[in-house]
Order: sequence, then structure tokens, then C-alpha cells
Amino acid sequence: MAKLTIEELDKLREKAVDKLRLRESGENRGRVIVHLGTCGIAAGGRQVLTALLDEVEKQGIKDITVTTAGCAGLCSREPMATIELFGQTPVKYADLTAEKIKKILAEHVVKGKLIKEYALAVGSERVG
Amino acid sequence: MPFRLNIMLCTGTGCVSNGAFPLLEAFEKEIKKHELHGEVAVIPTGCNGFCAVGPLVVVQPDEIFYQRLRIEDVPFLVQEHFLKGRPVKKFMYTPPETKEPIPVMSDIPFFGKQMLIALRNRGLIDPENIDEYIARDGYKGFTKAITTMTPKQVIDEVKASGLRGRGGGGFPTGLKWEVAFNTQSDEKFIIINCDEGDPGAFMDRSIVESDPHSVIEGVLIGAYALGVKQVYIYVRMEYPLALKRFYRALEHATEYGLLGKNILGKGMDLEIEVHRGAGAFICGEETALIRSIQGFVGEAQAKYIYPAEKGLNGKPTIINNVETWANIPQIILRGAKWFASIGTRGKNGDGGSTGTKVFSLVGKVHNTGLVEVPMGITLREIIYDIGGGIKNNKKFKSVQTGGPSGGFLPESLLDLPVDFDELLKVGSMMGSGGMVVTDEDNCMVDMARYFLDFVQSESCGKCIPCREGTKRMLDILERITFGQGTEEDLVKLEELSKLIVESSLCALGGTAPNPVLTTMKYFREEYEAHVKNKKCPAHTCKPLITYTIDGKICVEKGHGCGVCRKNCPQSAIAGELKKEHRIDPAKCDKCGICYDVCKFDAIYVD
Ligand SMILES: Cc1cc2nc3c(=O)[nH]c(=O)nc-3n(C[C@H](O)[C@H](O)[C@H](O)COP(=O)(O)O)c2cc1C
Ligand code: SF4
Ligand code: SF4
Ligand code: FES
Ligand code: FES
Repeated sequence: MAKLTIEELDKLREKAVDKLRLRESGENRGRVIVHLGTCGIAAGGRQVLTALLDEVEKQGIKDITVTTAGCAGLCSREPMATIELFGQTPVKYADLTAEKIKKILAEHVVKGKLIKEYALAVGSERVG
Repeated sequence: MPFRLNIMLCTGTGCVSNGAFPLLEAFEKEIKKHELHGEVAVIPTGCNGFCAVGPLVVVQPDEIFYQRLRIEDVPFLVQEHFLKGRPVKKFMYTPPETKEPIPVMSDIPFFGKQMLIALRNRGLIDPENIDEYIARDGYKGFTKAITTMTPKQVIDEVKASGLRGRGGGGFPTGLKWEVAFNTQSDEKFIIINCDEGDPGAFMDRSIVESDPHSVIEGVLIGAYALGVKQVYIYVRMEYPLALKRFYRALEHATEYGLLGKNILGKGMDLEIEVHRGAGAFICGEETALIRSIQGFVGEAQAKYIYPAEKGLNGKPTIINNVETWANIPQIILRGAKWFASIGTRGKNGDGGSTGTKVFSLVGKVHNTGLVEVPMGITLREIIYDIGGGIKNNKKFKSVQTGGPSGGFLPESLLDLPVDFDELLKVGSMMGSGGMVVTDEDNCMVDMARYFLDFVQSESCGKCIPCREGTKRMLDILERITFGQGTEEDLVKLEELSKLIVESSLCALGGTAPNPVLTTMKYFREEYEAHVKNKKCPAHTCKPLITYTIDGKICVEKGHGCGVCRKNCPQSAIAGELKKEHRIDPAKCDKCGICYDVCKFDAIYVD
């Protein structure tokens, strides 16, 4: 590491801030919860989670928390994920794949558009 | 792939001695086993503060707090929470009086009333990773100072903040800097005082262990203001982890060009040299410390001239405590106004005690640990709200503030605000932040004896009143606790105290009688019970207590069960089954075992 100038120090700080974002209680728009019960894992939930994390990084999304939770109670439709944007009704998506979660991230989480075909339920109400 | 969980694992000295490093290994192994190592990171941090319940981790982003973890707990925790996202209740903290665990750290009362400035990064960064310090506004105060402020403006800002030295004396920091600033010299020095000789105190150690760069940045700002090129840090030898982390921090700061020549390309040079102290209490005193660095015996010197004018090698030397230095970057970055809005202010808007203070809270409270609180908070809030009150349903008796030569304050003073001047008024002091809580089982005469014994043996010996006077006081206190004290002894204690306070050179002698004076003032009845009735009301001074078996209870309730007889190591108890038992006072050495083992409460102490 070469010696820094003030500008380089500021740049380094900007990069480092991203790494620590998880630990700050800053503003946040909501969370994506991937269900990783035993059935979720068996159905490929881990791959969905990995794809999601990769995509979050690639798109530089900073105001969303990615987390996991236990079984969602409908093992036949795993892998599942719940999108909880603050101030909005949570939406559950079922039968996920890596491709589907990426699309959900781009459409629902970033643009706010529900993808009806993938959705299982809005709040406690079944969609289809 | 970015991490979705950061497991902040405390590796402060307290948790390390409770097995934090093997725990860290266990976490890493288990996380790897579940192939979570790309998603879940374990970050070693400095002391989290709640040492009483360590080893502990805080899971971010949700701030879930797990305590008293054992290696056996790791597989379950990793699988349940880190993999499946189900926080595990049984490892959470449950307050003593309730049943429901509290998952989130900031909801735990221990953390509730705290305010972090000096410890602002505790538990949030890896102290051995400079980038993490930089991420949390690190070295921003310093760059602000060198790019937008003149040295004089820096000093004025520190003055305006009202910051007073955190090492004991409470001298206004800005004023001290101004003296050195105005003294002409070809060379000036800075010393970081991390001697921390108070028994049981660990404020400074924790700051260096959890956030060493905050101290380095503070010193960089001071060095810029005062034109200093050479800094010394005086750390006691018994602090290996603090030393290791400080060395690591020096290495990283030098690599980044934050220390050494032409710092940040701005033409400023600075070196920091580590000096390891051998652990003499007096060497924390600034003049003795300077002597020690120069290679002489650590003895206090007369301060007709302040070190700020003539210190190390006869040159102007600014010596400040670790916690004082750690406050500087925030004061520069956020401004004196912000800092001065916290805490207490004198009548004319100056003086008072601004900012926060770090205390190590120990003794008979539930939640022992390291706390940082805004000045002006009451002792009661610290002891009851943060400390969770007295353990085992016992009654509060006293709190000692200010370290070994601080005063003991009674229940009636618990609403006193924490403030340099208020504490002095009642015979105690802020000191460097030791806080010892005692309960009804502590004998105040014995407490005074204990702390006098400490300062007595740490006297450098230069002043006769301090060296001999404290020895005489100790003799008297020992006599009293042995039941050989007289009322005249109490008068003598007061006279000697006055003499020592008045005629000692340094504050070691000047404050040594505080524990005796305050206990005599606030707990007079205990001294009188010892000298007049030859009784120790707290039942701790062994020569003054007797164990007796109540024959009636022994026979009627206990049917002479004989448990006490079988357990007495001195064979001092005689008796037969179903018959009354008796203790032979000549043989009894007052160990208290019989009292503890009797299931029928037939034995009493008096
Ligand atoms: C006996 C004695 C022991 C002291 N020990 C320490 C110590 O361990 N750490 C410390 O910072 N100051 C200690 N001091 C206070 C120092 O003399 C000095 O006032 C202080 O380091 C100045 O820094 P500050 O203004 O930032 O508090 C001690 C003073 C005395 C009389
Ligand atoms: S243990 Fe208690 S009851 Fe039993 S013999 Fe001793 S005093 Fe009596
Ligand atoms: S106090 Fe100890 S020594 Fe004395 S009688 Fe009880 S058990 Fe024996
Ligand atoms: S050392 Fe871990 S909480 Fe203090
Ligand atoms: S040792 Fe300082 S006054 Fe005696």
C-alpha cells in the first residue's frame, strides 16, 4: 500500500463504508427474506440466496437487507422468499430459481412492480 | 458476493479470558461447514462493555445480542440463526427480574442510557483493520484540521469544547495546550498516558484494544496544533493485547502515510514511540512518568512549572490521558458546540463537565462492565438503570468513585450528578473512572483499609507524610479491624489525614486519605461499632464476630442433625444426634462454613 494523499484517503473511506453498511442502523427500504427451512434448502433455497446476494452487489443496492428465515409453511412450493418493503404489504414468491429472484429484485424491489405470475400471496391473501 | 451477516465477536481482554478466541475458531469452522463463509463474516472486536455476560456476539444487521456462549453452543446457533434465520432465544440476555429474553442489544437496559463518543466504535469495527476505522469517519477530523483550520483554531476549538482531562485531575485540555502553544521552543513533545494503575480499572485499556486509531488520530490533531514531531505512549506491561493492537495500528497508519514523513502529502512529520511501564502506580502521575521515560526512578516532582512549559528533556510536553485523546477527533469533526451541549455547564456557561465519561463499573451490581455516559447523569442512574441494581437482593451501601483514593458515597448522595466539581465537593473525585459499588455485606472500615493499603504500598516514598503517614494510618485501621481500636484512634486518623493532604507533593499523597475521610464522615457508626462495641456490623472483620448455635432451634427444628459438626474444618463443634450442638469459641476460626451448611438457620453471626 502506497502512502495516501487526502483525496485517496477519502476514496478509500467511500469504499470502506459499503463494507460496514450492515452494521449501521441507517435508513433502509426493507428486506428480502429467503426461506431456508430444511425443505427450502433441499429445494435449492441456498442457490436462490447466493444469486440474490450477487445481484444485490452487482446492482449496488444499499438500502435493502437480505436475510433468511425458517420454513414458510408450504413445503411443496419452496424455494420461497418474502419481500417486505416498509409501508407496503409483504409479498411472498414461490417456486423460485436464481433467474426468478433476479427478476423480482429488478422489478419488485427496485421498481416497485409486483410480478404476479411468481407471487404466491400478498399479505395473507393468495394470488394464484 | 457481499456478506449478509456480520457476527461481531468481542475479543476484549475480559472475553478473551473467557475463551473468545477458541469460540471465534469454532464459529469459523462451523460457518465453513455450512458453506456460509461467503455470506457470513465473523469480525473480532474490542470490548463490547457488557463484560459480565461474556463471551458474547452481536449479529448484524439486526443487532441480535448473544451472551455467555460456549463452544458447544456454536453448531446450533450457526444452523438455526445464521443459516435458517431463526434467532435463538436461549442464548439471549434475560434481565434478572424478568423471564422474557431481550433479542436486540440496544433494548437491553445496560446499553440504554449510554452515550458513546470515546468508545463510538466499540463492537462495530475490527480494531486491527484500519479500513474499518476509516469507514467510520476515521481520520476525517484530522484531515479537517490540517486542511481547514490553523493550529490556533484547533486549540480554540478544544478550549471551547470544555473538554477536561479524563486521567484524573480534570484539567481543561485546551488551556493546557495553549500553554504549550505559547511557550517558545525548538522542540515539543506529546505523551499519551496509558498507565492506568487503578486496581480493577480498564477504561484506557479498552479504548486502545477496541479502537487504537482513535487515539492516534487525536494525537495527530494535537501534534498539528502544537508543532510536535515526536510522541510517546506510556503503556503498562500488563496490557499485552492493548500493546499488540497499538503496534498493529502504528504499522497500518505508517503504511498509509498517516504517520512518518510528509503525512498525507502535507509536509507534516510525526513519530510515535511506545514506552512500556513496569506497573508502578506512581508512574501514571505525569512528572513521575516523564522521569520514568527519561530513565530515572519514577518519582513525582514538584510542579512549580508545568510540563506544558518544561517537561520531557526540559521541553514543553503535553501529557494527556488515552480517553482525552480519543475524544479529540470527534470534537474537531463535529465541533466544540456539539460536544459542549452534552453534560453540565457552570453558571456562566463555562466550566462544568462537558461530554461523556467512561467508567468501569464493578462490585456488587448485576451488570458489571465498561460504560460511557453523558456527564451530569446521576450515580443512581448508573448503578440502577445501567448496572441493574444490587445483586442477590442485598441492600446498597456505598459507591466509590475515582479509583483507589476516591471517596465512598452513601445512599443519600446517589442523586448527585457525575461532574468533576460536584464529586470533589462531597469528598470524592472523578478520577480516571473507576466505580466500585458495595452492599450491606461490605465493612466500610475494611474497605478504607484495603484501599489505603494499596496507595500506601504505591507511595514513591519521597514525601515523609505520604510515606510514613499513610503507614501509620494503615496501622490504626488494622488495629480497629482487629478489635483493638480506641476512640482516640478516630481522632488520630482525622489529624493524620489532614496533615498528609496538606503536605504531600503529588496527588497520590494528596488524595490517599479520601477513602478514610469519606467513610468516617458517611459511615461513622461503623467505626464506632468497631471501637466502642468491638463489633463489625457487616460481619466481615473476623476478630470481631462470633458464630453461635441457637440451641433451641438446633434441637427443635434440626433435631441436632450434626451437619455443621461434620463440616467444621476446625472440629470446633461438639454435639450428638438429636441433641444441642455447640461451638467452642477457642477453636473456631470463623470460616462461616457451619453457617452456610445449616439448613435450619440455627446458627447466627454477631
Ligand atoms: C498517583 C497518580 C496516578 C496517576 N495515574 C494516571 C494514569 O494511570 N493515567 C492517567 O492518564 N493519568 C494519571 N494520573 C494523572 C496524571 O498525572 C495527569 O494529570 C494526566 O495524565 C493528564 O492527562 P489528562 O489531562 O488528559 O487527564 C495520575 C496522577 C496521580 C497523582
Ligand atoms: S446443622 Fe444446624 S441443626 Fe444441625 S446440628 Fe448444626 S446447628 Fe443444629
Ligand atoms: S465458623 Fe468455621 S471454624 Fe467456626 S465453628 Fe463454624 S465451621 Fe467451625
Ligand atoms: S471484554 Fe468482552 S464485553 Fe468486555
Ligand atoms: S508519593 Fe507523592 S506525595 Fe508522596
